[in-house]
Amino acid sequence: MPDVRSLVRHQLMWPLLALVVLLLVNVVATPSFFSVRMQDGHLYGSLIDILRNGAPVLLVALGMTLVIATRGIDLSVGAIAAIAGAVACTSIAGSSQESATGTAIVAMSMALAVCVLLGLWNGFLVSVLGIQPIIATLVLMTAGRGLAMLVTDGQITTVNNPAFRRLGAGFVATLPVAIIVALAVLGITAVLTRRTALGMLIEAVGINPEAARLAGVRSRTIIWTVYVFAAFCAGIAGLMIASNTSAADANNAGLFIELDAILAVVIGGTSLAGGRFSLTGTLVGALFIQTLATTIPTIGIPAETNYLFKAVAVIVVCLLQSPQARAALSVTRRLSATPVKAGVA
Amino acid sequence: MSAVTVGSTSWVDRVKGYSPPQRFVPVIATFVLFVSMFGAGAVRYEGFASPQVLVNLLVDNAFLIVLAVGMTFVILTGGIDLSVGSVVALSTMIAASTLRAGWPPVLSMVTVLAVGTLLGLLMGLVIHYFQIQPFIATLAGMFLARGLCYLISVESIPIRDGMFSSLSSSTITLPGDVYITYTAVIALVVVGIAAWVLHMTRFGRTVYAVGGSEASALLMGLRVARVKVGVYAISGFCSALAGLLFSLYMLSGYSLHAVGMELDAIAAVVIGGTLLTGGRGLVVGSLLGVLVLGAIQTFISFDGTLSSWWTKISIGVLLLVFVVMQRFFSRRQS
Amino acid sequence: MQTTVETDPSPSGVGQPAPVVQMTGISIGFPGVKALDGVDLRLLPGEIHAVMGENGAGKSTLIKALTGVYSIDAGTITVDGTPHSFSGPFESQAAGISTVYQEVNLCTNLTVAENMMLGREPHRLGRIDTRRMNRRAGEVLDRLGLDIDARSQLGDHPIAIQQLVAIARAVDIDARVLILDEPTSSLDVDEVRRLFDVMRTLRAGGVAILFVSHFLDQVFEISDRMTVLRNGRLVGEHLTADMTQLSLVQEMIGRELEVLDRLDRAPADPAAPDPAPLMKVLGLGRKGSLEATDLTLHDGEVVGIAGLLGSGRTELARLIYGADSADGGEVEMHAGRVRLKGPRAAIDHKIAFSSEDRRAEGIIGDLSIADNMILAMQASRGWLRPVPQRTKDALVAKYIGALDIRPANPQALMKNLSGGNQQKVLLARWLITEPELLILDEPTRGIDIGAKAQIQQLVAELARDGMSVVFISAELEEVLRLSDRVVVMRDRRKIAERDNVDLEVADILQIIAGEAVSPDQDAHPVPHAEEAPRA
Repeated sequence: MPDVRSLVRHQLMWPLLALVVLLLVNVVATPSFFSVRMQDGHLYGSLIDILRNGAPVLLVALGMTLVIATRGIDLSVGAIAAIAGAVACTSIAGSSQESATGTAIVAMSMALAVCVLLGLWNGFLVSVLGIQPIIATLVLMTAGRGLAMLVTDGQITTVNNPAFRRLGAGFVATLPVAIIVALAVLGITAVLTRRTALGMLIEAVGINPEAARLAGVRSRTIIWTVYVFAAFCAGIAGLMIASNTSAADANNAGLFIELDAILAVVIGGTSLAGGRFSLTGTLVGALFIQTLATTIPTIGIPAETNYLFKAVAVIVVCLLQSPQARAALSVTRRLSATPVKAGVA
Repeated sequence: MSAVTVGSTSWVDRVKGYSPPQRFVPVIATFVLFVSMFGAGAVRYEGFASPQVLVNLLVDNAFLIVLAVGMTFVILTGGIDLSVGSVVALSTMIAASTLRAGWPPVLSMVTVLAVGTLLGLLMGLVIHYFQIQPFIATLAGMFLARGLCYLISVESIPIRDGMFSSLSSSTITLPGDVYITYTAVIALVVVGIAAWVLHMTRFGRTVYAVGGSEASALLMGLRVARVKVGVYAISGFCSALAGLLFSLYMLSGYSLHAVGMELDAIAAVVIGGTLLTGGRGLVVGSLLGVLVLGAIQTFISFDGTLSSWWTKISIGVLLLVFVVMQRFFSRRQS
Repeated sequence: MQTTVETDPSPSGVGQPAPVVQMTGISIGFPGVKALDGVDLRLLPGEIHAVMGENGAGKSTLIKALTGVYSIDAGTITVDGTPHSFSGPFESQAAGISTVYQEVNLCTNLTVAENMMLGREPHRLGRIDTRRMNRRAGEVLDRLGLDIDARSQLGDHPIAIQQLVAIARAVDIDARVLILDEPTSSLDVDEVRRLFDVMRTLRAGGVAILFVSHFLDQVFEISDRMTVLRNGRLVGEHLTADMTQLSLVQEMIGRELEVLDRLDRAPADPAAPDPAPLMKVLGLGRKGSLEATDLTLHDGEVVGIAGLLGSGRTELARLIYGADSADGGEVEMHAGRVRLKGPRAAIDHKIAFSSEDRRAEGIIGDLSIADNMILAMQASRGWLRPVPQRTKDALVAKYIGALDIRPANPQALMKNLSGGNQQKVLLARWLITEPELLILDEPTRGIDIGAKAQIQQLVAELARDGMSVVFISAELEEVLRLSDRVVVMRDRRKIAERDNVDLEVADILQIIAGEAVSPDQDAHPVPHAEEAPRA
């Protein structure tokens, strides 16, 4: 038991430590970094910005966490986010009452419904046809942005709808809506996986698919569910991105968000090999990525170089995880290569 | 249709003795697809059927061909390389910035190739010795290369070097007044060398063996480590070379060059009939895959009424068709 | 008990050659298990030597010691009189020992010639000399009397041919010792014949062949000598000619050394009226794994399935449960026809199945004891209706107590438990689903004696409380101790069914050895002649 606890602590300790270090760097560079001020009943400040800008990545990463826990991966989430924005904006722009709240609700529901369909499609390829997840979702990753452009007719569709704009840029009870939505989805995911049996069954499928099958787990349904959920989360993220700018950019909305999300999951300690997952870890990972993106310009390095730091983060995380791989290796090596003990007598 | 058979058998002859014809079915399918696309274009649009249009497919996609060749090596071992697009961008940046700094063009090129190969080598070492999944290791490589680009410059850097410009603009005239660029010739040479290495050397055959079954390859006493690391170095080299070709094509270095090009390369390899799980596929298939992608683009630009996004959608659909085909192919195998 | 034969004429009649391999006092231990305990083995040039034993007897460990996959804790290995300590397969290969495994370890996507020659292929002008490679491969194939096109792709050939190619590769490395580990398990009768021809050719050439197979007839047909192992210990080394199937089976299965408390188990009363059966299985079968089989199961009855490894005992259990899908036959429960198309359907019909392969098909290593226990119940409820925490805690606490699971901490990770405790958790997993039929495949294999006794006791109690239990074990004593009725399997079919009244181990042994059923029918009974599995 103590070793289990220390393992959990170990997995979350490093990303948390890294996050804290980043925050400290920021404070040194900008002493006012932690200050949060109230203006017109809204909270502003660097920390709030990090949370708000990190919301889409967190959303996508939540879905990705569950997919990765089943030994899968979903590369298409960025494209799905773009499609969600495209569908919503096109629907609002095409409506007779462009600024009505009802229009926004209809548009967003429609967009999310499309995302669920796309998730069903991914899930079908993976769980029914049995295509490797990375390849199955590559299809939609490639075609998805084309589909988004098909929806927007290749234009950057701008809309003027206050209700829609609130999702990405609005405030409720002093907090940005984006933060509330992202945390709400995090909460719902936590309840959905830890209060129902979904989390345990997902982990069972990810750890030992054959044993899970023989124990009667419907792994096909489980796998299908997580891809739908991932697409749904990506859809909300896409709406948020489109709402923030009041425009659907089929080409650039959610570009590379799948990679950031995977990174967040990996930093959060969920293994790409599937199995146990940690939503808290994913939260920390997403915050880390966003804080990194904020920190770099703050300390006077061109913002674009954050790729470099992400690369370093990936490498460091991989190397931290590799003692496990090496431990596994050294066991087999011990079996095969230990010198003969009671030897050549 | 007789042209199809003749075209494919000449390749079959090259590599004959290794495998029965069934192996070539996916490649032949790609070839038929390409020919029928071209045929359809010829019927629909005036001027489509000219040899120059055909050669332009090579000219305009020379860098992608080279990229796909490197990717073929990696995928044949059952791996994947997501870093290639970024390495192309990095290569254009290194070339442009060193040339601006007054380096001799040849030194600049050698530097580009060395950096690309080194990056690939590093990724291969990490993948093999730390047992990190190729996907995540090359993802790191992708970020790293992109980040290095921005470290060099955030702005686009034009290339004004005389040797680069002349290489970029000079052409070779083929019989029938068809022009081909040096870049296209280089791409074809790379395809030829790659095919030779894959089929005629122990390294190449070990690539296939590792893709077929890594455990078996180990038990057979083959140098699995060398091959697994080597294919990423090759892919890195090809990416750098593709980056040079791309900088000849664009005559500039820019951090946002070749965004998402790794997807095109992977798509070309898959459409070319290479099994993503490794062990099966031909470089020629990847060449054909690139030509199919190019033909789609040509098709759309000739049409004029079709919008550009149909390119992505049709690539996605083709990818789907080939992936599902592969799935049923491998299910029948097992 | 007969032990090492001291002076025996060499089977191929070359006088008395020195052994090419001599293993003495080999011991290998794994955490908690002594896999090999002072085992001797010697291989003479030009002989085919069978290593016999049940699951867990130590056959594969012994082979892995010889091939350098495992290092030995004690003992010596000499090859040609020189002591060796192999620290990897390559060193053993370099000493002239080649191995062909059950799963063909070649690359199906390469040609036959490449598979045979890769790694030492002929070169010319910096490239592989394909023509010479194909020719050399062809010569080796010819020498073995195999008519295979060296240029064809390996994957286009059936498994049998692939196996022969693997042997051809091994032989071409100038192997003087060839280890064949279950090479015949997926071959049909003609293919086995072909393999045997090749083996005889090699034997005539002076190669020492170590042959592992669970088909007794094949062993008697091809081998010159055999070494029998049981529970990691050497039972004996014999000339095959001195043995009968009965004596071999006796040695393989033998009598357990540990004495367990007698179980308080009322013998079945043959006079009792036959109640309505819980389950009736008619003609259940699957190509390549089980011939059409009938079976009737009653409430409160333990049916033991006896048979050697590969006899179809596991296959029958998996087909009943729907873990594999049957090609033919039907299943009735409570006199109504049911379709068990998968584990879920079986669980819905109150059937539980605990697999023989605990690690690969049973435990979820990274989940806790509690989650592992609750898994089957939770799976049948669906993810939306979680087992309430209180119910879960109560069930888990109950079974941890009742089955004496250690550690008694519900949150301990399954992978950290000992084999016996893992097995108890798996049993609890199924008992929580309150099955009417419990199928246990080798539930006591590889676990300590205390846990074994507890599990046996539990099975007896469950049956007394009305559960129908199918109990599969390689240990006949165990089967006889627990069962009301014994089904005997051999060669993938049921060959006998006996009420457990005055039944002795010897009776079962005779049935398995084929001497009680049809004494003359099978001089060389065909294991599964009808089907020819293809890749």
